[in-house]
This record gives sequence, structure tokens and C-alpha cells, in this order.
Amino acid sequence: MLDQVPYQAAWAIFLLPLFSFVIISFLLRPFFNHQPKLSGQVTMAAIGLSFLLSVWVLWSVITQGALSIPEVTWVVIGDTTIKLGLMVDPLAAVMLIIVTLVSLMIQIYSQAYMDKDPGYCRYFAFMSLFTGSMLGLVLADNLVQLYVFWELVGLCSYLLIGFWFYRPAAAAAAKKAFIVTRVGDFGFLVAILFLYSRTGTFDIATLHHLAVAGVLSGTALTWAAIGIFAGAVGKSAQFPLHTWLPDAMEGPTPVSALIHAATMVAAGVFLVARLFPLFAHSPQAMTTVAIIGGFTAIFAASMGLVMNDVKRVLAYSTISQLGYMMLGLGAFGLAPAIFHLFNHAFFKALLFLGAGSVSHTTGTFDMREMGGLGKAMPWTYATFLIASLSIAGIWPLSGFWSKDEILTSAWGEQRIMFYLAMITVFMTAFYMFRVLFLTFGGEYRGGQHAHLHESPKVMVVPMVVLSILAVGSGWLNITGRFGHFLGEGAIGGWEHIFTIFAHPLPWISLIVAILGILLAYMMYSTKRLSAQAIGQRFSPFYTLFSKKYWFDELYEQIFVVRILVDGLFRVLHLFDSRAVDGAVNGMAEGTIAAGSCIRKAQTGQLQLYGLAIIIGVIIITGSFLGIHFWGG
Amino acid sequence: MDLNIPYLSIIVFLPVVGAIAIALLPGAKAVKRIALTTTFIAFALSVALFVMFGSGGGIQFQERLSWIPQLQVDYFLGVDGLSLPLVLLTSLLGFLAVLVSWKIELRVREYFAWLLLLETSILGVFSALDLFLFFIFWEIEVIPMYFLISIWGTGRKEYSAIKYVIYTIFGSALMLAGILTLYFTTGTFDMVQLSQTDLVGLRAVIPLSTMFLLFFVGYAVKLPVFPLHTWLPDAHTDAPTAVSVMLAGVLLKMGGYGMIRVCVGIFPETIVHRFAPYLVGLAIVNVLYGAAVTLRQEDLKRLIAYSSISHMGYVLLGVFALSQLSLTGATLQMFSHGMITGLLFAMVGLVYDKTHVRHIPHLGGLARQMPIIAVVFSIAGFAALGLPGTSGFAAEFLTLLGSYSSTIVPGIHIYTILGVLGIVITAGYILWMLERIFYRQALERYDGVRDADGLERATIFTFVAVIILIGIYPKILTDVISLGIQAIL
Repeated sequence: MLDQVPYQAAWAIFLLPLFSFVIISFLLRPFFNHQPKLSGQVTMAAIGLSFLLSVWVLWSVITQGALSIPEVTWVVIGDTTIKLGLMVDPLAAVMLIIVTLVSLMIQIYSQAYMDKDPGYCRYFAFMSLFTGSMLGLVLADNLVQLYVFWELVGLCSYLLIGFWFYRPAAAAAAKKAFIVTRVGDFGFLVAILFLYSRTGTFDIATLHHLAVAGVLSGTALTWAAIGIFAGAVGKSAQFPLHTWLPDAMEGPTPVSALIHAATMVAAGVFLVARLFPLFAHSPQAMTTVAIIGGFTAIFAASMGLVMNDVKRVLAYSTISQLGYMMLGLGAFGLAPAIFHLFNHAFFKALLFLGAGSVSHTTGTFDMREMGGLGKAMPWTYATFLIASLSIAGIWPLSGFWSKDEILTSAWGEQRIMFYLAMITVFMTAFYMFRVLFLTFGGEYRGGQHAHLHESPKVMVVPMVVLSILAVGSGWLNITGRFGHFLGEGAIGGWEHIFTIFAHPLPWISLIVAILGILLAYMMYSTKRLSAQAIGQRFSPFYTLFSKKYWFDELYEQIFVVRILVDGLFRVLHLFDSRAVDGAVNGMAEGTIAAGSCIRKAQTGQLQLYGLAIIIGVIIITGSFLGIHFWGG
Repeated sequence: MDLNIPYLSIIVFLPVVGAIAIALLPGAKAVKRIALTTTFIAFALSVALFVMFGSGGGIQFQERLSWIPQLQVDYFLGVDGLSLPLVLLTSLLGFLAVLVSWKIELRVREYFAWLLLLETSILGVFSALDLFLFFIFWEIEVIPMYFLISIWGTGRKEYSAIKYVIYTIFGSALMLAGILTLYFTTGTFDMVQLSQTDLVGLRAVIPLSTMFLLFFVGYAVKLPVFPLHTWLPDAHTDAPTAVSVMLAGVLLKMGGYGMIRVCVGIFPETIVHRFAPYLVGLAIVNVLYGAAVTLRQEDLKRLIAYSSISHMGYVLLGVFALSQLSLTGATLQMFSHGMITGLLFAMVGLVYDKTHVRHIPHLGGLARQMPIIAVVFSIAGFAALGLPGTSGFAAEFLTLLGSYSSTIVPGIHIYTILGVLGIVITAGYILWMLERIFYRQALERYDGVRDADGLERATIFTFVAVIILIGIYPKILTDVISLGIQAIL
């Protein structure tokens, strides 16, 4: 048995990808641009090593508990000290595995997917930077450091959404993503300032103790938790800051898989989990988290029902699943939420890679131009099917287990949200199988000349690995081991895999999911039900969903453009140039005018000047004499 | 070992020596080299000073000579933790400004002479410890600025130059009144002695609060503080690139420096505390109003100019939040903004040099044609919006943290929260600007434009290196700054 892992390994986990970024941007791109493949290889090597180290760290945490890692001082001013440090506890160890494993798979996949792109080097530089920053976020032991990496992953998200910056839609989406998440970060930053002014610390473990001990409590704690949650809402694209994520699909698909499905968007969930004691001791904060989560789950799923773009369906699905996780957290289910995050990372990344694989051969993401791809792309089809079954929550795939745990938590804590979540189960199964049937079933609806083929092995292998995880990752908690590792529940036996059905709840959710699949089957595969007829029957809903509840218009056209930029800001600008600067120029003109008035007195006639002098002398002498006689 | 080398005098006067050499020596080629050499040596010496600066704090490298004994005016120089980073910033930007001006061809000799004189005057302001001497340096600065804007500028350059001069003189007239009343109250110009004098116990010639306001308004014009800011967009926009770099980079900091050194450092707590709540409120007006107006700008250079107003609001906030943390943050913000906005103006200059366009709606898609300029401009933009890893984050975070946790000004929490709102608007205008200049389809009419050449790259990479260095390891500066602030509070 190995000893406890040296703490340098934890530093190396997040520094390695950052080094990869530095090497690619400062060495490979300027000097080895003729060998672009190198950048991909460096990235894979760095992230692969991080993965191995993460496994080692996980093993060490399982066997010997959390690592203690010496801190480094960042800034000291007076009695304020900000440190850099790493927190390697079970939560971080699990997140490390998710991030490094998914990232590694996606880098491998990208070797082929980004093959002909002129921005190959840039792509891998940004991917390395992202992975490093995400790992830094996961490992941060204090709020400042967490915020630093939180913003850096936001930067990477911006850079990668706008990777094809010459597309106006991509450029706009990148900007939107950054600004909308920053609205949430406003709350997060204020919460950090607030917590520091109350407690004098940024240290997460210390804040946990203060919340548990009740030093930090009441309204103060609620406001702090809600501020932090605002950051999480932005990052995890929860209602009402959800609008950026569907647009973020303008980025390359592996980016969507890694950043906008598996890891970065889950950072909001991670943040709440990381500061869970602060939330758990404020009932109001918990209720807020649960309601926002539960509402977002069904709200996003409703839009996912009607989208025609595969990636957009998946984007809404991601928002919805993140809503589930938030609901789980709000219902005091820390372990179920993180377990769902864990499972979701694998099957959602797989779904995106599947979508990428499909578009690799068809050149589109529009499902209306697909169909019948199952025959040409058996591997993609099979893996996509596994992921769809998993996300739909079909026993015994991974999604079933974690979704069931969240539903159980919600049943106990938030009954209304439980019902919403159950409807969402139906919707999820429906929209995923709608995608599956439209894409892989039926006949090909694209152009005639298309030569459909399976993607290269480099892309298929990561998909197969992820599909194995999509089947198996849920089994990790069958005995309760995963939850126990995160500090909840006890370890049971393997019989749970069957005894779970002793309770009616799993039956219900399973039946609901199967009904959803069945409906999709009848509408899009056998066409016993006409999708068009149903769409017309419920046309107000169809319009509402497909117009995304008009949130984009509300935010962008009405709030930002009409009210702010062309409203308030325009008035201020006019005020600035007319009133403030106008007053200055007015004063100048007034001075000139006064000058020209006085100039008239300057006639150049000596006798007039003489007269004026004499009058002046008389007045001055007179007043002096007056003062002398009367004032004296 | 102590040879009593007058390091500070050498640093302050080297540029003006260069200016004289430029004026006298024949040969046009030597002009730029002389400018480069003198400013570089001044910079290198400032670095040396920074390294040698003792960790004990206090005022170091003092030089004192009696100058006008009848009035007790001394030639008195020295730096502490507050002024040393600003001296370093000035000499660095002075050097970089010469590089930025490398392609100047109009009246080269005059141009560089004025530029160097400008540097000396600013260095003098930051190192003078005698109010009379301070005022002399403060006034000298106006002369080169006037010529630099009105001769080498663009657009309504004469208007902008005269506007700048009138504003500055208005401010310095008030400050002069402040200096004189302070002198007639205390009988000294010595800033060190003044900071140790208890003004409350003395019979002041005018009320102390009036005296405080005279100084404050004088500095507020420079910083600038709303509503005294309208000279700034005009002067910045119409000045030549290197002068905009100096203007935004260091001239504004004279205002912030004066506020800390004189308003906070010399005036008694009761006076400062009485005004602080209003000034903090004004700071938030600066931040939000500046950012809102920035978002409306269509001229690239004017946009950057207006953004300075918003960013200087954080300095004002940090200064009058009156905690050690907030003042350290504000000073770091001055340094950081100097580098970031200096770089932004340099980048605007490059974009304009290559495309001859500054009107944002006419630009677009340039990332294809000028990738390096696009990358560096983006880095500068992200630093301006306070991205972690850049000095902008370190400075703004410390300022906000210090302000929020300050116990002196009532209701500062609300003000600080409003200030945080500024970072959202900043992200808005920076990203919108980057999108409209660099992203979307490449335009055919810019197909021939060149990217930055070797010299330009070296210049802008230097800015980037400093911004990132301070962003990753702000301790280099904050250790020194907080020593200075501790002594002042």
C-alpha cells in the first residue's frame, strides 16, 4: 500500500494543464506552428498525467482521509491576509476525477474533430487553460481563490464559445455568456465581501465551522448564501440567468461537451455543495435553492421539447439536469446532487460527443436534415442510445440511480418540487428519444449526395469509454459507498440493486420515463401520432416554448437596449455633453461675452481714461476719509 | 558604502537633461536615441530604488537643500511606500511612451523635448516633499501638455488643449490657495512636518474644512471627479497616442496621490471623516455614471477615455473609505490602471495607425488581419474589466474589500455594492467593443493592414508582462504600498 500522496501532487494536478497552456501559447504556437499536432499531444499528456494523479489522490483520500496542504501567502495588508491553498477532501477528489477524466476523453476526441481547423493550436491552448482553471476552482480552499478560478473558467468559456469569432452568432454568444454570468458573479462577489467583513476570513473550512457553530446565522447567513447562490445561478445557467447556455452552443461541440455540459456549468452546483453548511443552516436559502432548481428543471425541459437543433435540445437538457442537482441540494441531498453531477458529466458529455460525431458526417445539427443515421453510424448510435437511456433514468443505467435519490430527497423536503421533477422525468425521456428517433431512425432527409460514414476511431473510442461509464457509474452508490464517502449515509449491501424496487417511488419514476419514451416512439418512429397535429393542437404552448418564453427579447431588446443603453445611458450621455460640458463651455462663452462688453469701455481716448482715473481716485480717497472719520 | 548618491534627483531630472540635450545637439537621428536612453536609465534607477527600498517603511532616499530660506522653502525630495510605486510607474510609462512615439515624424526634436519635460514634472510631483516645490512641478506639467496636444494632436486639438489648460489652472489655483492658507496657518511648506502637525490646535486663517475643500477640488479636477471631468474625454481623444498613455497612465494619478498625501495625510481626522461619506457617494457616481456614458461612445479612443472616469471612481472610493486595505487597494488601482489604460491607449493608437479608423461601427473582423493586436487588446480589455490574473482584479478586489469592511464611513456597504455593479457594466462595454472591432466577418477593406511590427510588439508585450505579473503576485507592490499607507493613516 502506498503512503499518503505527497501534497505536491495536488498542486501538480491543476498546474500541469496550465503549463500545457503556457507551452502551447509561448513555445509551440510561435515556433512550431508547422507541427500543430504537437499542441494536442501536449494537452493530452498534461491532462492524462493530471488524471493519473487525481486517481492517486482519490485513493489516498479514500484510504487516509483529506489531505492537508500548506498554504502560500498571496497578499498581506495590515491584518488582512489572503492565502492560496488547496482543499483536498472527498468532494474535491470526486470532482478531480470527473474533470480530468471527461477532459481527457474530450481532448482525445478533439484530435480528430478539430483536425482541419486552422485554429488547432489555439483550441488546445484554451482547452488546457480551461482544464487547469477548472481544477483550480475545484481545489480552492478559500473564497478568493475560488472566485479567481471561477472567473478564469468564465474567460475560457468566452474564448471557446467565440472560438470561431468570425461568425457573428459565435461572437455575440460569447459576449452574452460572459455578461450574463457576470450578473450572477455580482452577487457572489458581494457575498465574499460581506462574509469577510462579518467573519474576517475567506477560508472555506473556517466558514463551515462558523455556520455550524451558529456564529454566522440568521438574516446575515441567508443573504450571504443567496449572494453565493446568485453566482451559482449564473454559472449553472439556472432561471432567470439561463439564457446564455443555449446560445453557447455556437462553440465547437467538444467544448460544449466539456465546458457547457460536464464541468464548468456544474461549477454552480459544486459551489453550493462546497459551501453547503452555509446553506443548510439557513432554511430560506435552502428553499430558494430548491425552488429555483426545481423550477429550472421543468422550465428548461419544456423548451427542450420543441427545439430542432440537437445541440440546443442538449443545452436545455443540461440546464434542466443542473436544476435537478440544485433541487437535490435544496432538499438537503448533498450526496445525491453530487452523485447526479458525477453521472451526468459522463452521459451528457457522451451525448454531445454523439451530436458532434453526427454533424461530423452530416455537417449540420438540424435534426430535420438528419434521420436514418443508425445504419451508417452504428457506434455513435449505440453509445447515444445508452446515454439517452441513462439520462431518461432507465434501470440499471447511471441516471436512474442518482435521479431516484434526488426524487427521494425532494419527496421528503419539497413536495411541490417533487411533482414538478416527476413531470420533468417524463419530458426528459420524451425529448431525448425524440432526438434519438429523428436522428438515427427513419430515412435520411439531408441532401442526396451525402456520403454518410462512421466517425474515425479516435472519436469513437472516447465515446465507448464514456458509454461504459454511463452504464456503470451509477453502480458506485448502490451500496451507498459514494454517499458515505461524501459524508452521508451508511454503506449497505449489493442487494440494493434489486431491493430498491421495494419502494414504490422508483417504480413510478421508471414508468413515467417509459411513458415518455413511448410517446416519442409513437410520434417520431411509428408516427401513429402526428407531431404536427399535436403541435397545432397545443400551438400556444408550442409558440411559448419555441420562442423560449421571450426571455431573450425581454433581456436584450427591452432591458439592455431600450431601458439601459438607448434609455438611461443615452440620457446620461446627453446630460454629460449638454449639461455638464455645456455649463463649462457656457461659462467660457460667458467670459468671452463679458470680455467683449468690457472691451467697449476701452475706447482708446485718453481724456476718457483720465476722467475715469480721476473719478476712481475721488471715490477711493472719499471712502478712506469716510472710514477715517466715521469708522475711526 | 553610503555615498549619498542623490538617486531621486537623478531620476527626476534625467529626462529633462535628455530634453536639453535633444534641443541642443545636432542630428535628427540622435533625438529618439537620447530620449530612449535617458528614460530607460531613469526607469532602471527607479527599479533599483524599489529594490533598495527598506522594509522599515518611512520616507527614504531623502534629499534636502535650503532653497528660499526667507520663506522656509526647501528643495526636499523623498519617497515612501505611497509615492515609490508611482515613481516607478511614471518612469516605466515615460520609457514606454518614447517607444510608442517612435514613428513620430512631425517636429521630432520639439516633440521629444516636451515629452521628456512632461516626465520630469510628473516625477517631481511624486517625489517632492515640500508643498512649494510640489506646486512648481505640478504647474510645469501644464506647459508640455499644452504643446503636445495642440501641435501633435488630432481632431479639435486646440480646443482640447486649451480646455485642459484652463481646467488644470482652475484646479491648481484652488490648490495654491490651499497651500498658502496652510502655510500661513502653520508657517511651513514641509509636507512631512505638516503631516505630523495637529492642525486643530492652530489658529487657521480660514476654516479647516474650507482649506480641505480647496485642496480636494484641486485634485478632483485631475483625477477627475464628476462633474469636473469633461476635460478628460476631449484631451485624451485629441492627444497623440503617447500623450494619451501618459495622461491616463500617470497624470490622473497626480489627483489620487494628492488626495492621499494631502487631504488624508495632512488634514485632521475630524475634517476628513466629515467629508468622507459625501466623497464616497461621489465616487460611486463616478463609477456608474462613467461606465454608463462609456457604453454610449462610438469613438474608440473616447470610449477608453470615458472608461477612465469610471475606474478612477474606485480610487476615490478606496481613498475615502479610509481603511488601510482600501487605501492600499486604491494606490494599487492607480498603478494598475496606469498600465492597463496606458496599454489600451497604445492599442487604440496601433489600430488607428493601421486602419486610420476610430469610429467603432466602421471597424470589425480585425482579428483575422491583426491577430497580435487583437490578442493584446483583448488582454488589456480583460484586465480593465477586472479579470483575475491581471492587476485589474487585484487592485479592484482589494479596494472593494477594504471599502466594504471599512468601519469609518456609515452606509459604505451600500456604496460598495453599487460600486461592484460597475464591474458588470464594464464587462458590457469592454466585450461589446472587442466584438465590434475584432470579431465577426473580416472586412475586405482592411485586407492590406499590417499587424504589430517588432518594436510595437516589444512595447505592448512589456505592458502585458507587468499587468500579469502584478495580477499573479500583487504582493510585490502591496507590501511596499501598505507600508506607506500605514504611516499616513
